[in-house]
Amino acid sequence: MKKLKLPTDDMKQERLDSVSTMERREFLKIGLVITGVFAGGTILSAMSNMNKVFAAHEGKVEKYPHKPHYSMVIHQDRCIDCERCVEACAKTNDVPAYGYRTRILEKDSPDAIGLKKEFIPVLCNQCNNPPCVRACPTRATYKDKKTGIVMMDYEKCIGCKTCVEACPYNARYFNEEKRSVDKCSFCYETRLSKGETQTACAAACPAGARIFGDLSDPKSEVFKLVHQVEKAVWVLRPEVGAEPNVFYMKG
Amino acid sequence: MNGSNEMKPVNTSDLMKDLSQSFKSSFLTHWYSTLVGYLSGTKSFYILLAVGALIVYGGAMAGLDAMRIGYRHAYGVTREISWGILISTYVFFVVTSTGLCIVSSIGHVFGVKDFMPIAKRAVFLSIVTIVAGFTVILFEIENPFRMALYNVISPGLTSNIWWMGTLYGAYMIFMIIEFIFLQLENHKFATYAGLAGLLSGIAAHSNLGAIFGMLHGREYWYGPYLPVYFIASALMSGCATIIFFTWLGYKITSEKMDRPMVRSLEAISKLCILMISIVLFLIIWKIITGLVGGPGKVEALKAMLIGPYAFNFWVLEIMIGLLIPFALFFTSKGKNLNTIFIASAMMMFGIFFMRYDLVVLGQAVPVFYELGVNEYKGILPYMPSFHEIAIVLLGMALTGTSFILGEKVFRGHKSEIH
Repeated sequence: MKKLKLPTDDMKQERLDSVSTMERREFLKIGLVITGVFAGGTILSAMSNMNKVFAAHEGKVEKYPHKPHYSMVIHQDRCIDCERCVEACAKTNDVPAYGYRTRILEKDSPDAIGLKKEFIPVLCNQCNNPPCVRACPTRATYKDKKTGIVMMDYEKCIGCKTCVEACPYNARYFNEEKRSVDKCSFCYETRLSKGETQTACAAACPAGARIFGDLSDPKSEVFKLVHQVEKAVWVLRPEVGAEPNVFYMKG
Repeated sequence: MNGSNEMKPVNTSDLMKDLSQSFKSSFLTHWYSTLVGYLSGTKSFYILLAVGALIVYGGAMAGLDAMRIGYRHAYGVTREISWGILISTYVFFVVTSTGLCIVSSIGHVFGVKDFMPIAKRAVFLSIVTIVAGFTVILFEIENPFRMALYNVISPGLTSNIWWMGTLYGAYMIFMIIEFIFLQLENHKFATYAGLAGLLSGIAAHSNLGAIFGMLHGREYWYGPYLPVYFIASALMSGCATIIFFTWLGYKITSEKMDRPMVRSLEAISKLCILMISIVLFLIIWKIITGLVGGPGKVEALKAMLIGPYAFNFWVLEIMIGLLIPFALFFTSKGKNLNTIFIASAMMMFGIFFMRYDLVVLGQAVPVFYELGVNEYKGILPYMPSFHEIAIVLLGMALTGTSFILGEKVFRGHKSEIH
């Protein structure tokens, strides 16, 4: 791999963990403006995933229940925590400052060789077996039959927050302005229904960490990424049995 | 103490003994007789009623203020811990109500004679406590008016909370019908209504347990344990509550208990001992099985046993809520009324925290705990806000005032043995 000459190379004591999250985000944004796309994120992918156990073939079924069966694959190692996805999401979907539909989690592995920090973008997993939908007393949240997206009927929400409790991915919050629980809908109202093919977060990601598409379409990138055995693909909290449609991989 | 005693050289242990004796004889009995005087005196009855009404008013104002400024600002709940003390207080009230209904049904529906004298009061209090529960939850649900509409026109039949709400609504109506028939001395119809109330109450209450027990993303709650535990725990609460309020009721009307009533309380004490044992048994196995569970469950149990909830668990739940009352019931054999009254008061206090810990601890372990991310490494904090506590007090005061009002209006809930 070609080594880039970075201005930080001379700073021997400079490590990721000595920089605060906010500082790093600001710095990354400046860097992104100058260099453009971040070379597919490979610069930061220091940790090997070869010894990672291959994910159970979650979601790899012959027939998908929805058409299009919207899904997202997250290249976890490509995420650099610039939070452009979070900003784009908030702007597109009117997400207030006290809430979020997607966010980036940070994970430190102090004992790891090489890179010791990972970023894990999280959002609604648009589960095939959504615990939130099962728990809603007024069917205010439902699984859209056509797209498989877990949607909200804001008018019907009574604000009991059972869905917030039921969600294994902390993907829901109560939106005061809407007087309803709000959640990621893969930008259905704001983008997909208007002819766009990408969610705001996927479109905004400079590192190509979020790949959005139709899992039931063999020509789509998400289909190809999920239906292979060379690289491990996994989902978060598979033990819950919610059958998520957001997949994670490295490399 | 007399004069000659004072002249003697001071013996410290004697002095301590004297002091403690005089403390016991003057302060404690004085306190006791003052309390009793307050409860039975006409003037103080109105004072108590006024104080209760004032707290109800204050709590309602706090609740309306919370509605105005938004629950997000008024309450201590967060995105991660979105069910706080209001949910746990609601659970506390409906557990109590269901328990009272079950206790009353033993006499009224199933005809066990020893349980008949307390039944009228139990039915009345089960209505009072379910209303208190609904009042508290009114200030928890963000859109209560939508709830009334969409529960009917857009029911979520897979949702436990829908079943719980609907069944508790039916339950309340059945209990009110039963109470009316009891007032009319129509025992045949009262029994039918009581049976309907009992069935809907048990169904509603196990659904309440299942609201938590069926959240498969929440390790601490998930499983068939909670619906079962809730029913056992309800009967335990019902026993404690009816002993507590029966004792107080007789103080308010300043009457002496007749023989059947004393026997009835004795029988309930025995049932209470059994129910405490069953609940303890369930708690022990919950802990033992949980300790070999996943990291999230172990983390929750650690928080409960040796972490931030250890005081709540060991002192409030186990000691005050279960073990000391157990000992008091056991040693008094249900015969010493003052002792079992204190035991039942301690239980109600402890049970309140049982509900609180159950609700909060289930959420305190983050859903992403096992992912090992920096944001969700340990137990999440929650602290009830002023508004929340005011609404809790509203529920308590509503119960208290309704109770003392009920004692006067329904003349001590007297009923003939039939």
